[in-house]
Amino acid sequence: MERQKISEKFSELRERKEGALICYIMAGDPSAEGTCTVVKALVDGGADIIELGFPFSDPVADGPTIQVAGQRALAAGLDTQRYFELVKALKVRIPLVCMTYYNPVFRYGVEKFVEQAADSGISGLIVPDIPVEEAADLKNSCDKHEVDLIFLVAPTTTEERVRKILERGSGFLYLVSRLGVTGTREDVSSSTRELLSRIETRLPKAVGFGISTGKQAAEVRETGADAVIVGSAFVRIIEEGKDVSERLEALARELKSGMARAS
Amino acid sequence: MTGIKVSEFPIKDSDLNELANELAGSKKNLKVGETGQVKGKYGKYGGQYVPEVLMPALKELEEGYEQYKNDPEFLAELDHYLREFAGRKTPLYFARNLSKKYGSKIYLKREDLVHGGAHKLNNAIGQALLAKYMGKTRLIAETGAGQHGTATAMAGANLGFETVVYMGAKDVKRQQMNAYRMELMGTEVKPVETGSKTLKDAINEAFRDWVTNIENTHYLIGSVVGPHPYPVMVRDFQSVIGREVKEQILQKEGRMPDSIIACAGGGSNAMGIFHPFVEDTEVKLIAVEAGGKALKCTQKAALHSACLCAGEEGILHGARTKVLQDKNGQILESESISAGLDYSGVGPELAYLSESGRVTARYATDNEALEAFHELSRLEGIIPALESSHALAYLKKASEAGELGEVVVVNLSGRGDKDLETVLSLRGGV
Repeated sequence: MERQKISEKFSELRERKEGALICYIMAGDPSAEGTCTVVKALVDGGADIIELGFPFSDPVADGPTIQVAGQRALAAGLDTQRYFELVKALKVRIPLVCMTYYNPVFRYGVEKFVEQAADSGISGLIVPDIPVEEAADLKNSCDKHEVDLIFLVAPTTTEERVRKILERGSGFLYLVSRLGVTGTREDVSSSTRELLSRIETRLPKAVGFGISTGKQAAEVRETGADAVIVGSAFVRIIEEGKDVSERLEALARELKSGMARAS
Repeated sequence: MTGIKVSEFPIKDSDLNELANELAGSKKNLKVGETGQVKGKYGKYGGQYVPEVLMPALKELEEGYEQYKNDPEFLAELDHYLREFAGRKTPLYFARNLSKKYGSKIYLKREDLVHGGAHKLNNAIGQALLAKYMGKTRLIAETGAGQHGTATAMAGANLGFETVVYMGAKDVKRQQMNAYRMELMGTEVKPVETGSKTLKDAINEAFRDWVTNIENTHYLIGSVVGPHPYPVMVRDFQSVIGREVKEQILQKEGRMPDSIIACAGGGSNAMGIFHPFVEDTEVKLIAVEAGGKALKCTQKAALHSACLCAGEEGILHGARTKVLQDKNGQILESESISAGLDYSGVGPELAYLSESGRVTARYATDNEALEAFHELSRLEGIIPALESSHALAYLKKASEAGELGEVVVVNLSGRGDKDLETVLSLRGGV
């Protein structure tokens, strides 16, 4: 199935004056078949982009929910080859983004990893432990295979680094809403507001880390974000294992309705 | 070429070829110590592979370290703590009975006599003092068996920090006494329940804490691992070992040693004793890794911790280095009888020096280390740490191959009191 590019998705949404809902799940959690069902539920609920995590044994940027999901996926036998087969088999038109850490990419071979990602229908790549200074090889391969390399910006990122990141990033800019790791939080912090207002870019701004409700999504949208990224809240539903499809779809719908209004 | 003693074992033609290459390599890399001046890189190793949120904290640390490392006031205060609190300088002890047995002059650098019973405090006090100068109020650290955690607890208590140590839940259980020691000194020990519940997971958790609390917190890494500037900073704080050795051996022998032997897990005691000798290419530097049960891997875990001998290039805990991993880039759990060597990575500079031939990487198995543990206890009345026992185990191997050299220094990085339970349980209790 032909998949949309990230930029196509955002221009489509811009015309409709909608914000994007980006849903993160761990591929292969709890199984490859399970992931197909999960993705369908998220798409039915209104997901605009799906981030498919590829697990790493030592995920320093993740909170407990996603750490454990990665361990489940690894225990279920997900490896690089199976990950790409799984991605290929997903029947979705919306863009798929691969999120993983640098060692699995490096060990597999940067060029080979990106090439196979592109072949399997991945539109973008997020590697949270590779700062822009170390990303030259990855960037070259991504350019060659037309995969967007998506960088993160944190409240602590200096202006100088923001400039470097904007020069090299594409797809969208991943704004980390606060200091810390992934996981749900009660409120949207003022640092999100500050971060959104100080960064000027043509790239869509997606806010992640800590968002789990439609109300938070709406707040983030109002402060000027083009997208929200929600992960741990979905992963927890999968972990609990009860009425998974219904609850995923309902949560996606709630979040998307928070994003649907014009900013 | 003749100035360098060969300490390969068993000696074969292929080893001689290797040696020739090695010598060529070490000549070519005479200025090896200077590669650290390419910011945080040692050849292709090193770097800063961390989440974006940490980059400013690393920069702040780098600037802080650059600012104070040559600051007379800072250095005077550090010197004071090293002398009065840590108990330096440590002796370079001539091991008469051991020397007699192996037919070489064997000296032991007595880091086991440093306060806390290991070299770890050299670094902990250095970083804690730096953190104080930088205005931080909270220290966090990871620990495996508890040696580095204890050193951090000592430094933290003494310098008035709020101190938190992350320790794998498995290790907390195995090392109850060490956890209690830290608590006595006012440190909060947080058991880590994620992943394999050991050292590498404790490091992950410490990084997670740091990204959440970077404003007031210094992450006090215990070895020459992690993102720049940690490998260079920890090496520099530990280099007091090698500087003292140089002075002491010249006094006692009037010449440089033929070889220096140190155990290597992450590599802090090895880099500490090696660094001042890196450009003295007539001194052979030997890093002895933990061979565990054997240099083999199962699907999920390695049976050893020998990253230099049997690891592959990868990225772990912020640095490009040699790691134990599977073909999908998942990090394998490591194994060793000595908790302090039980780690799936190794310092990037050591990976570089080993690859360039300046440092020779060898390993000793659990059993060989145990044998050396008993040997030193009986012959010299010194109970070595199981970590240091790996370095001692190399003496036998090298001597059997007739390649020990005339004057040898072994870094006795810690004392073995902490290991008595482990050793006793292996004998089925006494």
